[in-house]
Amino acid sequence: MIELKGIEKTYAGEDGPVHALKGIDLTIQTGEIYGIIGLSGAGKSTLIRCINMLERPTKGQVIIDGRDMTKLSESELRKARKEIGMIFQHFNLLSSSTVYENVAFPLRLAHMDEAEIQKKVMPLLELVGLSGKAHQYPAQLSGGQKQRVGIARALASGPKILLCDEATSALDPQTTKSILGLIQDINQKMHLTVVVITHEMQVIKDICDKVAVIDGGVIAEKGTVLDVFTNPQQPLTKEFISVLLSNDLPAAFRGGEVSDTPVPGSYLLVRLTFIGDSADDPVLAGMIRENPDVETTMLFGNLDQIKRTPYGRMIVGMTGEPAAIDRALSYLKSKNLSMEMIGYVKRREVSGDVA
Amino acid sequence: MSPDIVPLISKALGETVYMVFVAMIIATIIGIPLGVLLHTTAKHQILECMPLNRVLAAVVNAVRSIPFIILMVAIIPFTRFVVNTSIGTTAAMVPLIIASIPFIARQVETSIKEVPEGVVEAAEAMGASPLQIIWHVMLPEARASIAAQLTTVIISLVGESAMAGAIGGGGLGDLAIRYGYQRFRADVMLATVIVLIILVQLVQFAGNRIAKTLDKR
Ligand SMILES: Nc1ncnc2c1ncn2[C@@H]1O[C@H](COP(=O)(O)OP(=O)(O)OP(=O)(O)O)[C@@H](O)[C@H]1O
Ligand SMILES: [Mg+2]
Repeated sequence: MIELKGIEKTYAGEDGPVHALKGIDLTIQTGEIYGIIGLSGAGKSTLIRCINMLERPTKGQVIIDGRDMTKLSESELRKARKEIGMIFQHFNLLSSSTVYENVAFPLRLAHMDEAEIQKKVMPLLELVGLSGKAHQYPAQLSGGQKQRVGIARALASGPKILLCDEATSALDPQTTKSILGLIQDINQKMHLTVVVITHEMQVIKDICDKVAVIDGGVIAEKGTVLDVFTNPQQPLTKEFISVLLSNDLPAAFRGGEVSDTPVPGSYLLVRLTFIGDSADDPVLAGMIRENPDVETTMLFGNLDQIKRTPYGRMIVGMTGEPAAIDRALSYLKSKNLSMEMIGYVKRREVSGDVA
Repeated sequence: MSPDIVPLISKALGETVYMVFVAMIIATIIGIPLGVLLHTTAKHQILECMPLNRVLAAVVNAVRSIPFIILMVAIIPFTRFVVNTSIGTTAAMVPLIIASIPFIARQVETSIKEVPEGVVEAAEAMGASPLQIIWHVMLPEARASIAAQLTTVIISLVGESAMAGAIGGGGLGDLAIRYGYQRFRADVMLATVIVLIILVQLVQFAGNRIAKTLDKR
């Protein structure tokens, strides 16, 4: 378990002090993948570097499995760091060493003998899918392969924690997917606690259990990814999420006035969110069957996953007698889903939908 | 061209190579650690120690700012103290070494500065000690650049050794002055120049090759 308590970090900048972190409290449970997301300059790197003391907090405590990292001596700290692996945006491999030697590096630091080193390095290269590249140099590898070497190296000393600072930010989307898959795999196989820093909500959505949104050196919002995704509180969080969720309405409803009360000829737009198994239920079909007097039109629909939980989103438009609409709404309310009223919008005549 | 020229040149070449070789080895043994210290004791580096860094930098700058010909004469008492004589090939090596140490130190410092900070940081994150970082990260990562820089030092040593030769140190410079200049032997002068050019070319060629083999970037 990693506990960050009241972490503050102030840099002596050129024009006065820079308060990079202004009191961060965070608890990361053993075995979970914790994502930290924020805009550039929010303090993400500073925060993750405080976990392994690459950056010493100006104030506060970093407690890992009950031990306060800020109180360790230099040599105790070096020992403690061997239990914390780290991977970087720019990989930071030794360019003058082969793939094998890069992975062996932490073991050489620990004065392990050659036979033992080989016994550890080869399975790790196997795990990251680079057995065939053992004797190549980093310059001969693609970005994704370099990050795989970085991961193997981070795992060599058998850490309990893996810190990832923008580990996929230099990679294309496809390679990002495969690296994230690998990290998730390792998290499960080795029961590793993983801290992921990113500025992309996609990364959080794909692999994280929990997320903290950091803004200007403070935590704006935190919780399980499912909660934060389906019920974001802060504008910044909503912005991060909106990048992933296209909520666009068909052109016929876009740009029209949204009113809170029924207007003749308007549709009531409702956003429905299904989580987990209910995403597969034929809720909408049931509602339409039981409320034939309500004209229902589906304006947007999408089925996605948060980590491995199915997650569906829909916007429907309903029109009909107020009493009938109320009945339809209470039918939806009785189901396992979350519902948000957008409002009453009039359909407009448009020539050709240029969405 | 008279027949004495071949033994003259080969003896002088032997002396030059000997002076440069021994001076280079000793200067490198002292210069590399000094260069490492110059880099690692600077601000935000792994052995940050500003007072030491300032002293080292001041000494290095001081020695580097003295022209070789003056340094050579100025340290004659020191040379006499160290090797018991102030003339001859061995005596010429003392100023060569003194002049090359700060040169090498600065070149090594520059090479190590080029090692990306992130790579050093990754090693720190893995629990490497400062000595391990120097030995397993900085020096190996900078080796190609250091090899290229040391080639430059050897070439300037060849030039300086010729100067040292002129005050009785032997070698090609000595030969050129005594025969080519004082005895009007244009053939010896020409031969010396040609040999010097070939020597420098060979050093540069070998240096480039070594740097290239070491460079895996
Ligand atoms: N060594 C330093 N000296 C002075 N200021 C620093 C230093 N490192 C970071 N900062 C400042 O601290 C703030 C937070 O920086 P940090 O690198 O943690 O941001 P980040 O969230 O990782 O951003 P990015 O997404 O761009 O990597 C920034 O304002 C930055 O300028
Ligand atoms: Mg950063």
